[in-house]
Amino acid sequence: MSSEENTNVQVIPANKEKIMHIWKVAGILTVLTAIEFIIAFTLGAGNLRTSIFIGMTIVKAYYIVGEFMHLKHEVKTLIWSILIPTIFIVWLVIALIYEGGAVFNARGW
Amino acid sequence: MATATIIATSGQENVWNGGQSPVKASYGKLMMWFFLLSDAFSFSGLLITYGMIRYSHAAYSGTVDAFTFSNAYWPIPEKVFEAVPFLHGISLPLVFVGIMTFILIMSSVTMVLAVEAGQRMDKPAVEKWMLWTLIGGLTFLGCQAWEWSHFINGTDTATLGDVVVNGKWIKNFEIFGANLRFNQYGPPDFAALFFFITGFHGTHVLSGVVLNFIVYYNAFTGVYEKRGHYEMVEKVGLYWHFVDLVWVFVFTFFYLV
Repeated sequence: MSSEENTNVQVIPANKEKIMHIWKVAGILTVLTAIEFIIAFTLGAGNLRTSIFIGMTIVKAYYIVGEFMHLKHEVKTLIWSILIPTIFIVWLVIALIYEGGAVFNARGW
Repeated sequence: MATATIIATSGQENVWNGGQSPVKASYGKLMMWFFLLSDAFSFSGLLITYGMIRYSHAAYSGTVDAFTFSNAYWPIPEKVFEAVPFLHGISLPLVFVGIMTFILIMSSVTMVLAVEAGQRMDKPAVEKWMLWTLIGGLTFLGCQAWEWSHFINGTDTATLGDVVVNGKWIKNFEIFGANLRFNQYGPPDFAALFFFITGFHGTHVLSGVVLNFIVYYNAFTGVYEKRGHYEMVEKVGLYWHFVDLVWVFVFTFFYLV
């Protein structure tokens, strides 16, 4: 019975270019993680290193969301309705990091 | 006259009037996107709390080599996470967590390949790549279980600190490992945040593995082939990539910075 059903299903052959692209993105993500790893041990802690890490994390997030989750190839309305609300996250980062510094000063350590 | 104008313009701009899909995505896929957006808020809440509490504690200012665990300042992650299974006593900072990151990224890649195979109605390829994704997810969970166990049991040498045990204040108590009240690595909040953030992420990985298994089972038994499309693989794939995305952020803000 199942073999009869299978004959109705059209299997489209794999698109080599598409699969190569997936592995290319995987390579980029792996290389970025490796570079982060090297920076963690060669560069001293500080604002510069933290900024590099955050920048590289955003690049990695771009590849995961854009390519793996396919958001880059969706309709503009969908892209913006997902991206615009994340402004609130940016606001919370700024507000709470500032708050953390204020708590530290208030404790007087 | 008035009706004529409405008919003339409706064809061009009003995709929102019904009868068509304005964002060209199915209901399920769209709702998965909005669920993931709300889940992104939960995780940023946790990670930003980590940032705030870290900034409200003193930072370690000496050299990396001279670092010792103390309650007085926030620990530096490369000194806390330096153990690897089967290599007891050897200091390999962040190696194990690097391997875990690689495993999760790879299982995300196999998930994309499963989605791609589903779009081509290629049943054996979907099964193969879903199985790899499952193996990746389970391996990551196993690694995390080891990481937790090591974090809870602690290192060979204890850190001396003042703690309250059974209502009694004890000075210079030998602290091994970590729990929700005190830990040998640094301020109590450090361990609490470790358990909350990696635990919340691990719960997501666990539910992702369960969903992946259901998709694998359905693909194997031919449910999606009968249905005529493999869209469920795409929806669960979105969730799985999101779990990977969150780990990228946890890796940066908990282990690297």
